[in-house]
Amino acid sequence: MKASDLAKEFKLTVVAGKDGLEREISGGHCGDLLSEVMANAPIGCVWLTIQIHQNIVAVALLKEMAAIILTGGNVPDAETCAKADEEGIPIMLSSLRSYEIAGRLYNVGVGRER
Amino acid sequence: MPSFKKCFNIRSRDFIHAGEASIAVQQLLKQMHVDSNLIRRIAICGYEGEMNVVMHGGDGLFCVEIDKNKIVLNISDDGQGIKDIAKVMEKGFSTATDEYREMGFGAGMGLPNMEKNADNMIIESENENGTTVQMTFFTKSA
Ligand SMILES: Nc1ncnc2c1ncn2[C@@H]1O[C@H](COP(=O)(O)OP(=O)(O)OP(=O)(O)O)[C@@H](O)[C@H]1O
Ligand SMILES: [Mg+2]
Repeated sequence: MKASDLAKEFKLTVVAGKDGLEREISGGHCGDLLSEVMANAPIGCVWLTIQIHQNIVAVALLKEMAAIILTGGNVPDAETCAKADEEGIPIMLSSLRSYEIAGRLYNVGVGRER
Repeated sequence: MPSFKKCFNIRSRDFIHAGEASIAVQQLLKQMHVDSNLIRRIAICGYEGEMNVVMHGGDGLFCVEIDKNKIVLNISDDGQGIKDIAKVMEKGFSTATDEYREMGFGAGMGLPNMEKNADNMIIESENENGTTVQMTFFTKSA
């Protein structure tokens, strides 16, 4: 599954990083504590978080993530979008909480052992 | 193979550019075809070290040195230094402000994660005279 498929399937608003939308997603991670995310997020994952500042793009690049979903109706800073556009890291928005989005992603197979 | 060294500046409290040194090193190591698991460990250590300088330290220097058998990250800053090194190594210990905590920093997990991912880590700090963190990663099991 690709980031663009998730956007369509779950009606996520893509606000930045459109160049990366065709990247394959190979897992998921929920977390708002950056050192926990750095320690535990799997590579190629979609990351669900409420953090909106531009350092999340650095985290996504260093962890070789596929995309970021900002949950709970959070909206990224302008600098965050600019950075994500530059680096091709998709940022998608949802009004649902991380728990609910995670459940739905899991149901369609994201991050589940095949 | 001659050793290769490259350094990047880090600016204290500059959250706009925070992480860029680590990303530059990640790209450099990819170009040099370093083992991808090793690059991932170095990325974690670099990021946590770089963010510590930005948040807790002063202006600093982020250097990577690539040798035949090892890669060394040397992250130094001229900030307030660390008084009690054993204390800051404890999981969960953090002096991060509320503002930083709201941004998702301050779990007190950065230094423990660095120690876990490096083959060797040395912290040197003279009180009020800055901090140097040196991490070594062995590229070949001799
Ligand atoms: N370069 C530095 N200069 C001065 N103090 C530092 C430096 N690096 C770390 N410290 C001190 O060590 C503490 C623990 O660092 P550590 O990276 O483990 O956690 P943190 O940065 O507070 O939170 P996290 O890394 O989980 O976001 C910091 O809160 C700070 O007091
Ligand atoms: Mg830290």
